[in-house]
Amino acid sequence: MFDLDRWQEIWYTIKHNKSRSVMTAFGVFWGMFMLVCMVGAGSALKNGMESTIDGFATNSCFVYDQQTTEPYKGFKKGRNWSIQNEDIPLLLKGVPEIQYLAPVLFGGQGANNVVRKDKSGTFNIKGNYPSYNKIEENKLIYGRYINDIDIAEKRKTCVIGERVSEVLFGKNVNPVGQNVKVMGIYFQVIGVARSISQVNLGGRGEESVVLPFTTMQQAFNMGTKVHFIAATAIPGVRVKVIEEKINQILKKQHNIAPSDKAAIGGFNIEEQFTMFLYLGIGIAVLIWIVGAGTLFAGGIGVSNIMLVTVRERTKEIGIRRALGATPRTIIRQIISESIVLTLMAGIAGLMLGVGLLSLVGLVLSQTDSFFQEPQISFAVAIVSLVILLVIGILAGLVPANRAMTIKPIEAIREE
Amino acid sequence: MITLRDVNKTYYTEATSLHVLKGIDLHIEQGDYVSIMGASGSGKSTLLNILGILDNYDTGDYYLNNKLIKDLSETQAAAYRNEMIGFVFQSFNLINFKNAMENVALPLYYKNISRKKRNAIALEYLDRMGLKDWAYHLPNEMSGGQKQRVAIARAIISQPKILLADEPTGALDSQTTEEVMQLLGGLNQTGITTIIVTHEKAVADETRKVIHIKDGLIQNIQHN
Ligand SMILES: Nc1ncnc2c1ncn2[C@@H]1O[C@H](COP(=O)(O)OP(=O)(O)OP(=O)(O)O)[C@@H](O)[C@H]1O
Ligand SMILES: [Mg+2]
Repeated sequence: MFDLDRWQEIWYTIKHNKSRSVMTAFGVFWGMFMLVCMVGAGSALKNGMESTIDGFATNSCFVYDQQTTEPYKGFKKGRNWSIQNEDIPLLLKGVPEIQYLAPVLFGGQGANNVVRKDKSGTFNIKGNYPSYNKIEENKLIYGRYINDIDIAEKRKTCVIGERVSEVLFGKNVNPVGQNVKVMGIYFQVIGVARSISQVNLGGRGEESVVLPFTTMQQAFNMGTKVHFIAATAIPGVRVKVIEEKINQILKKQHNIAPSDKAAIGGFNIEEQFTMFLYLGIGIAVLIWIVGAGTLFAGGIGVSNIMLVTVRERTKEIGIRRALGATPRTIIRQIISESIVLTLMAGIAGLMLGVGLLSLVGLVLSQTDSFFQEPQISFAVAIVSLVILLVIGILAGLVPANRAMTIKPIEAIREE
Repeated sequence: MITLRDVNKTYYTEATSLHVLKGIDLHIEQGDYVSIMGASGSGKSTLLNILGILDNYDTGDYYLNNKLIKDLSETQAAAYRNEMIGFVFQSFNLINFKNAMENVALPLYYKNISRKKRNAIALEYLDRMGLKDWAYHLPNEMSGGQKQRVAIARAIISQPKILLADEPTGALDSQTTEEVMQLLGGLNQTGITTIIVTHEKAVADETRKVIHIKDGLIQNIQHN
């Protein structure tokens, strides 16, 4: 079927009628350009969302105490309560679907709460278990994270954030083994951490000092209070399930009315994440509808202008007919012209779009922007080329049909 | 070669109808050199277009090479035209974005002859017309006589049996007219049946037979 000569003839006709061809194909060029830009922007948004959540366990939830809102078993409403150390083993035993459970403490935010010699800064203080690093992952630049022995022996050790290390020790200095004073008490630095995720509980990891949970409780006289419980569900179990079970046990332990919805605060990362996921899919679908619509409108433009030019080309087509072109060859010619124009314009739009995206991507990579790597995948490019081909054929149908009905006699009749 | 029997043609417009050919009987032998004369509106072009299978007729019979040409499909008509007939028009009808060589080569494109080969053949024919140096010029860079010679080259490149020319010299001065007639006469010498519609007595005088048409009928046939 592929006939080089035929395509040369078509290319020739397109080439020698440049402005007409450009005008005809501009809509498709623009539609394709828009589609690529929008898909690229969509991917940048998605990449941004993914890198934000990256390193943070999406199958997790957080639970914390709030005032009760209902009277229960002789207690008035508006009572303050708190999660206690004793609750932890009960939860582990009562909710076998829990994968990791980590009680969390937050420390005082006083000015210049972390000091080393003449340097000091104001940072977030957190008390964590080793398991917390499974939920909000930190990359250790130096040293190690809190371990079980730190917890058991209530060692005065700490993991400091990258920024903390820079402020107190300077850049590119390994501070492991040195001491820092946290709210008046000395702790030995055992590691320097950088958080992977952009989602952080209790402040950015770079600007935090993490102490062993047990050490923190004891050193700062916090009793057996737990500020937060972070938990993840084992694979295959919805986070909602463990969240509800944890709430049930805590309510029972602390004499909270089972119907009291506000006494226990919490948020479910899985639900948030699923919402984000659906939002992403929604945006992608919207982009394709709008993009394909624009492209389709471009196709209609091609069809329209070709229809007009077929009228203008009555003479040319009539001459071709008189010289032996059959109606079929004329149909083939017009549809082929439409395909070539559409594909060329589309590919030009595609390339310009991809070029623009890589340029924007380059600029974005230099910045701290939420949007990252606007790109279109190879599959998207192929799919859009197929769409272009279909549009090219469809757009050629009406003008080709019109051209076919031109009789040589009409074209050749002397006015 | 060509036989018409009682051929009638009526043009219908919205309000009126115009009976243009009112029973044409005509016989033209292979290799004949014929001109058709008549007043404006007498139906000369109509007759020529029917002969060239560019147009249909209503009643009667038209035999071309013993084949009845009647109610052909567009595709069949195209095939016959491509095989049998070359056209030359008063206004040349060249494709303006193609150069002389490509214009001449176009009929061969529709005969599926490769670009290289058909361009080579086109150059030969242009050479025969004395237009070798003009092969790569566009029509609007050429004079009327040159354009008409390009059109003649195009009309004969697929070696048709019949050459139909509708006022081929109508747009040319007398000097150029003479040149073009020399060419057409020469082509007729090679055996191509040549039929020319003209208003000019000087042109008609160069042909062997002159068919006079009046009011849709052949008035007489004059032998030169
Ligand atoms: N498609 C058409 N529809 C209606 N009338 C037509 C059509 N073509 C030609 N006619 C009319 O038919 C008559 C014959 O036309 P034709 O073109 O055959 O004349 P002609 O002899 O070639 O004239 P001229 O010398 O001016 O070229 C004219 O009156 C013309 O107006
Ligand atoms: Mg006429």
